[in-house]
Amino acid sequence: MSTNTIYFTDDHEYIQIDEDGIGTVGISSYAQQQLGDIVFVECPNEGASFNVGEEVAVVESVKVASEIYSPVSGEILESNEDLDENPALVNEDPMGDGWFFKISIADESELEGLKDETEYQEYLEEIA
Amino acid sequence: MTKEALLMEETKDNILQTPLWGLHKNLDARMVEFAGYDMPVQYKNGVKNEHIQVRNKAGLFDVSHMGQVLITSINGGDPAIALEKLVPSDIKGLALGKMRYTVLLNEDGGILDDLIVTRLDERTLYAVLNASRKYADIDYIKAKIGDEIKITLQDDLALIALQGPLAEKVIMDTIMPEVAELGFMNAKYTDYRGADILVSRSGYTGEDGFEISVPNELAEDLAKELLADNDKVWAIGLGARDSLRLEAGFCLYGHDITENTTPVEGGISWTIPKHRRENASFMGANKILRQMKEGVAQKRVGLMPDGKAPIREGVEIFDNTGENKIGVITSGGYSPVLEAPIAMGYIAIDEAKIGTTVVAKMRGKNFSCKIVKMPFVSKEK
Repeated sequence: MSTNTIYFTDDHEYIQIDEDGIGTVGISSYAQQQLGDIVFVECPNEGASFNVGEEVAVVESVKVASEIYSPVSGEILESNEDLDENPALVNEDPMGDGWFFKISIADESELEGLKDETEYQEYLEEIA
Repeated sequence: MTKEALLMEETKDNILQTPLWGLHKNLDARMVEFAGYDMPVQYKNGVKNEHIQVRNKAGLFDVSHMGQVLITSINGGDPAIALEKLVPSDIKGLALGKMRYTVLLNEDGGILDDLIVTRLDERTLYAVLNASRKYADIDYIKAKIGDEIKITLQDDLALIALQGPLAEKVIMDTIMPEVAELGFMNAKYTDYRGADILVSRSGYTGEDGFEISVPNELAEDLAKELLADNDKVWAIGLGARDSLRLEAGFCLYGHDITENTTPVEGGISWTIPKHRRENASFMGANKILRQMKEGVAQKRVGLMPDGKAPIREGVEIFDNTGENKIGVITSGGYSPVLEAPIAMGYIAIDEAKIGTTVVAKMRGKNFSCKIVKMPFVSKEK
């Protein structure tokens, strides 16, 4: 596995893998734009475990609630507490300060089912 | 995330367009299907900013999807006599140019739609119906009182709302210099490029504002004229229309009031004046009057969650112990002014007192909420 790699799901979550193999999960720039103003994010508790595709968080815009599905199986290492006070970080910097949670990756082979950055861009063009 | 959540543009066949559709597209609106029409849900500034714009300055809404009807009597008399059989408000007593909010009732006192009726002259009423209900309303009115009145859908007219504290100034400077004389819930024709357009002082935001009924072919020109000063006036989508009306405590038909709720349960029995209660001469009067006398089992209330998570339509409400179900949310979202979640719903009468603590159950968790007075936000002038 290469370091500092980012993958995307078809549902517009991203997972960024750091050099220690820890994944940081959030929603893509496209997703935040489509959702509009984000007013609340419910992040998972540290220590909780999730399977790939399982509902792990909730993001609420003014209009709607939307579920976030875990892009991989693993254990939650940290949730982004800054989102409690400032959920708009997801709009302002979705791929940076607007991250949702960090997760240990139980099975690296699950990443193979995800899209890399180029594939995700192509996917966005397809669905546009 | 789900496709619905992402407010994806619809690519439905046979979707209808209002006369302002091209303008929405030019303004880069995000469009969604609503009541069969391709409508703007938000523009580039987003729902929150649009909401604040209307509270602080002014905003323009395309509400041309709503049903504008004329009601006249067949025998030349006052159509209000017949209409009062179906609505519980005082329509006969409406003076020229006056408007009134009322509800269309079924035999059980359930609400088939909410509408605003305006008296244009002794023989003519004008009403605005919800987009999703307009055809059903017209069929119902025809079936019940069609031998006494004629009802005509005016689909040659568009409807534009201008709402917010600067709305009066904008109308004054553009289309109607004497607009300051027009009182709240009053309507008056004015000339616009040789056509009579109906300007009424009313709205659905809790702000001062106007609704303008204008021929389709003049609608875009009028909208552009009202939007000309883009510091004062922005185009506003359905997203902010919903959050504004929720803050103001107004009902959304099909959610907060339905054919299964009466005006008493819905907290809008103020639409029924004393003389109409005494005469009991409207559809559903038996049940409605009995409820007024004996009380109701549930009623519509405002709720504010203690935390920051919005509670949405359909979320079930329990009493303070979290064990007994006492109601359900019918509209819920986020208040950009209070920067907090707000909601309304139907709650069992014993738990519906202002200040009562209740529990919303969502995603397997309990969220504590308080019953509060509505409106959540009122204009301070």
